[in-house]
Amino acid sequence: MAATASHPSAPLEDPISHSRTSLERRYLIAVIGNPNTGKTTLFNALTGLSQHTGNYPGVTVESALGELTIEGDRLLTVDLPGTYSLAPRAPDEMLAVSVLLGYGRDIPAPDAVLCVLDATNLDRNLYLLTQVLEAGRPVVIALTMMDLAKKQGIIVNVEALQRQLGVPVVPVHAAKRVGLSALKLALRHAIRTPTSPPPLIRLPEAVAREVDGVRLSLARGHRELPRFLVERLLIDAGGSIEQELVRQLGGDVATTARAARDRLASLGTSLPQVETNTRYQWITQTVAAVVRRPFTTNLTGTDRIDQIVTHKVWGLLVFLVAMGLTFQSIFSWAAPLMDLIEAMFSALGTQARILLPDGPLQSLIVDGIIGGVGAVVTFVPQIAILFGLIALLEDSGYMARAAFLMDRIMAGFGLSGRSFIPLLSSFACAVPGIMSTRSIDNHRDRIATILIAPLMSCSARLPVYVLFISAFIPGRTLWGVVGLQGLTLFVMYTLGLIVAPPVALLLKRTLLRGEPVPFLLELPPFKIPAWRVVLFRMYDRSLAFLRRAGTIILATTILVWALSYYPSQSSRAEEFQARRATATPEEQARLATEEAGIRLRESYLGQAGHAIEPLVRPLGWDWKIGMATLASFPAREVIIAALGTIYNLGNEQSEESVELRGAMQAERWPDGRPVYTPVVALSVMVFFALCCQCGATLATIKRETGSWGYAAFTFCYMTTLAYLGALVVYQVGSRVLG
Amino acid sequence: MRTLADLSPTQEGRIHSIDGIDGLTQRLSELGFTPGQSVQVVRFAPLGDPMQVRIRGFSIALRRNEARRIVLDPA
Repeated sequence: MAATASHPSAPLEDPISHSRTSLERRYLIAVIGNPNTGKTTLFNALTGLSQHTGNYPGVTVESALGELTIEGDRLLTVDLPGTYSLAPRAPDEMLAVSVLLGYGRDIPAPDAVLCVLDATNLDRNLYLLTQVLEAGRPVVIALTMMDLAKKQGIIVNVEALQRQLGVPVVPVHAAKRVGLSALKLALRHAIRTPTSPPPLIRLPEAVAREVDGVRLSLARGHRELPRFLVERLLIDAGGSIEQELVRQLGGDVATTARAARDRLASLGTSLPQVETNTRYQWITQTVAAVVRRPFTTNLTGTDRIDQIVTHKVWGLLVFLVAMGLTFQSIFSWAAPLMDLIEAMFSALGTQARILLPDGPLQSLIVDGIIGGVGAVVTFVPQIAILFGLIALLEDSGYMARAAFLMDRIMAGFGLSGRSFIPLLSSFACAVPGIMSTRSIDNHRDRIATILIAPLMSCSARLPVYVLFISAFIPGRTLWGVVGLQGLTLFVMYTLGLIVAPPVALLLKRTLLRGEPVPFLLELPPFKIPAWRVVLFRMYDRSLAFLRRAGTIILATTILVWALSYYPSQSSRAEEFQARRATATPEEQARLATEEAGIRLRESYLGQAGHAIEPLVRPLGWDWKIGMATLASFPAREVIIAALGTIYNLGNEQSEESVELRGAMQAERWPDGRPVYTPVVALSVMVFFALCCQCGATLATIKRETGSWGYAAFTFCYMTTLAYLGALVVYQVGSRVLG
Repeated sequence: MRTLADLSPTQEGRIHSIDGIDGLTQRLSELGFTPGQSVQVVRFAPLGDPMQVRIRGFSIALRRNEARRIVLDPA
């Protein structure tokens, strides 16, 4: 342990720190700071590892690791989530605290802490620093935004600041690589000759006495808990530290802490208030001594931009244009790239079909693997484009303004302005939409947004709507102006939007119930976004999707392929073999589609279609629709190909296919009534509008929430909703329309 | 009792106290909403809520509901 034992606030070996073997000892540096301090930019400059950074609070949810080399010493560096305080409430703050105190999972206590302070915002930044110093690790300070401070007429006396803080302060400009070598030297010195920084703040005597008392009574053997930890235990009643200590040391921790808090209640003010007031008293004095501010403040560039982008008329106009562009880009700019990828995989499949002999291996490779990989890769253009745009919006500072504008509307659903972009993006595709919920700082809001995002009508639903509307909704015009087909499409698109708010409200009142979340959103100064940040973000997000969600999507695709291929009956195969032998070349193709149709009908999937027929009859569906719907659970647009196969039309059906439409229109029940009526078509469409038939979405939910539980929940509630919706439409519709 | 929510844009006030004891109180205090500190309303969002305020040299958005908890010294 690096700290000097003589110091009163030096951390002793505490029961929660990890033991480290001296053999594999590597130095660790933790980087901590407020959001929007340029912390991640500095981390990138130091480690040379491109890491994404944002101008929007809470972008860095996962901590990033990098390596920093100082004169041959290789130092592991961890970039902690931006936080305003070490009183942990959100999971990302808890991560920062646990790393700092050395009980982070898989990460030992840091040998030095690099604290990033924004020179234009010293008051608020120093608050976090005073807490970081008390954690007892050696600290080095990087002072950023010095140029911006100068522009605003703020003058920081760095030497005086360093004297006041008692730890090295290094001004840096990461983008211009200014001050980096001085910073590295200071870090090396901090690690080589570690000293615990002197505490700057003394809490009132009564509090200090209680802290001593609790340390003594919770001591195990000769070990006392670190002073900082016990202070946090007392101040943050019921907080993450208390939970962690109760878990490790037992329930008497909570009892002891409560008794101490009760005795302190006589102070009159609440303990958290005592802490913040004490710290800010010291900060106000210190800043007055080391910072000179201009007497009058001029309007900055940010103020002028804000006057436009938050204006009642212009602001909403700018917002609509920005959102329109974002939506358009994922909806149509990505389309040519997606078509290209699809064409490539389709060509690859055709080649493979020619090269490989008929049989299960050919089918597995062509329909299972190539089809599955293709399904994964086609998402990449949307993800890359959306995240490029989001990075632009965040890094420039506009994202916080968009949340500011939209908060009033989203608050009506129990969410906040931060949920707007993810939900809008989900209209193109829920996968990037769900991935973009990372910028929602409140966990419960984020989960609620993830759970309703798949209700937004994504672009994969469009082909389904187009097929059913063009085949079964009459092309009539209502009241001379409104086309019935267009109106139906519009209703399908808005259905999710109508259902989502009550679902969100219900979730926030039941499953995700908790203390109301305060909406506190920093509006950072505008800046020109860094291209490297934008490009890295596109690359990073696409790769994350391919790696984690991609494997799951591929697996489900292969599973569904197997279910629709097996059991293959050898007698059937022989029968077709014999028929093919005598068939003319024109008949060959027809035989192949007929065989595929029979194979599908007799497969496990086909059997399942028959088995669920009683369940789908109340929706007005026959077993073929039921089976096609089952087949389309991994990806909803698959229904078109599945219907094509069932009606023996071969595999390559599109929503515009006249052949498929004709076959569906001709389909009859045994008693001669048509299977598909406009009401049945509506029932199918409503089912597809509300159902989560998308393996990619479920895989992404699992990846983003870290649990299959939320994915399973989304699947179940949406399937139930879809079934009920289709049921109501058919039962009511068939009675009204006959 | 005058609160931050009662100010109009460009008006300034001095914080007296923050009402209540919960996560919001602590979060606001940590951000520098402390007794004696002056705070200025910059604007309200086009739909009337939330509001943008300036304190200790930075801008932050909060809802009226939260601003109502920030009690100001009498003018």
